[in-house]
Amino acid sequence: MSKKTLIPIGPYHPLQEEPELFKLYCDGEIVKDIKWETGYNHRGIEKLSESKTYEQVFFLVERICGICSNSHPFAFANAVEEIAEIDLTNRAKYIRSIIGELERIHSHLLWVGLAGHFLGYNTVFMWAWKYREPVLDLFEMISGNRNSYAMFKVGGVRRDIEETKIPVIQKILDDVKKKTDLLTGAIMDDPVIHARTKGVGILTKQDIIDYGAVGPTARASGVAIDVRKDDPYAAYPLVNWKVITAETGDVFAKAEVRLLEMYESISIIEQCLKGLKKEKPGEISVKVKEIPEGIGNGRAEAPRGEVFHFVQSDGSNSPARHKIRAPSYVNIATFKKSCIGQTISDATISLAAVDPCYCCTERMAVAYDLKSGDKLMNANELINESVKRTNELKKTIKSKL
Amino acid sequence: MDTELIIEKFKEKFKSDILDTVIKNQRRIIITINPDSILYVAGYLYRTEGFRFIIATALHTKKGFEIHYHFSKDDAGLILNIHVILDKDNPRIESLSNLFNASNWIEREMHELFGIDFLNHPNQEKLLSEGNWAEGVYPLRKEFK
Repeated sequence: MSKKTLIPIGPYHPLQEEPELFKLYCDGEIVKDIKWETGYNHRGIEKLSESKTYEQVFFLVERICGICSNSHPFAFANAVEEIAEIDLTNRAKYIRSIIGELERIHSHLLWVGLAGHFLGYNTVFMWAWKYREPVLDLFEMISGNRNSYAMFKVGGVRRDIEETKIPVIQKILDDVKKKTDLLTGAIMDDPVIHARTKGVGILTKQDIIDYGAVGPTARASGVAIDVRKDDPYAAYPLVNWKVITAETGDVFAKAEVRLLEMYESISIIEQCLKGLKKEKPGEISVKVKEIPEGIGNGRAEAPRGEVFHFVQSDGSNSPARHKIRAPSYVNIATFKKSCIGQTISDATISLAAVDPCYCCTERMAVAYDLKSGDKLMNANELINESVKRTNELKKTIKSKL
Repeated sequence: MDTELIIEKFKEKFKSDILDTVIKNQRRIIITINPDSILYVAGYLYRTEGFRFIIATALHTKKGFEIHYHFSKDDAGLILNIHVILDKDNPRIESLSNLFNASNWIEREMHELFGIDFLNHPNQEKLLSEGNWAEGVYPLRKEFK
């Protein structure tokens, strides 16, 4: 029996944005076993939810994750509306799907960037995150927030998408589509990315079924499950789109599935915008009197896979029991299959390939003078300043040469 | 496959173990079974009918401890809740983790937060609070303040 070296990644590691501990047991370069420790981020949300009213729970579950902050309210709304047997207006359905798909685009772009970062390919990281920005700006325009949009409530949505905003959304979408073409082309044809991701971190169909993995992780291994198709909710049955799958189950297949899914998302949003024009403005929610006794199983397809919420109501104004299962809960467990037998450098990208949920809530700030209240600098001025300084730096370097 | 057909076959096979059936609609069904038969029922759903284990929810109610095992039949869009009611004082049930890995973590979590024992679990360690939580204190039980 050979000796094994323990290589810890985390709990506070520069590569991980959230605290978690991976223990890699290695023989030389090869990972022989992996253990995962969590709980550093446990906030007791299920218990907390029992002390909030149904309206408040939306804001609570939105804060489970900063990236897919919309998918938890989506699943929760589906669960509660199942208990109370509420039918939404078409306009609310379209708006919900638009928000859900915009989120998928920005989340997948974020993952592509992070994957590039994990591979040491920072150009991809810079590109993907740059192209993600306009999507967040869209969110700010629609909901007032770049993250944690607070758009959902029982029986509908909180804000309407006005007619005047539709051309602006369409224009940004066209732009995102062009950039996605660029990014997809660059990644699919890049020999470095092929060398680093093909045949790495393979999950077979049987692994997916055994671990109950969901979302792009499952679809990249040829298991075509997608809640939007299987158990349709919101406006997904009203529009045309297809489930993207790949067969090989390696990291490349997961990247491929995510990149191609973005096109489907763009197409869904475009169809929803068209549908929105036919509906009467302002009809975004229905009146809800009370939530009767009963249980509801709500699910929604988050960018990472199926989010599941189980709600038990005792007829009062807050849930008696609220169980939440995020997709990473089942996807992270597949590390035992995907990492063992890999080299340490490949293990990191295999870990990242399921897109474990990372929070991203940092945003551009505008600085104000505390005393006078004057704006010191806004985003554009900061960018201009940065460009100016880069040019100055270039000049000095040139003069020295 | 038709939801009704699946349920008919299920009822036929586990006639003596079914205590109650609630059919909310074609996509949501709750079947209460005898806890002793959980391993056979889960094995039948997973191996023969191709159900996917989503997650399990434990509840602490007046009846005692309850578990809803959520199974999904993806091509029918069906969520089947297999519901069991466990003993008030000594909640224990057979583990499903030897059948599929998907239930490994959630059973550890339920053991940790509710104090339900999962018999023959391969590794019933704490999942979330290893080393920083008192033994025998279960935060999701109703008496916990």
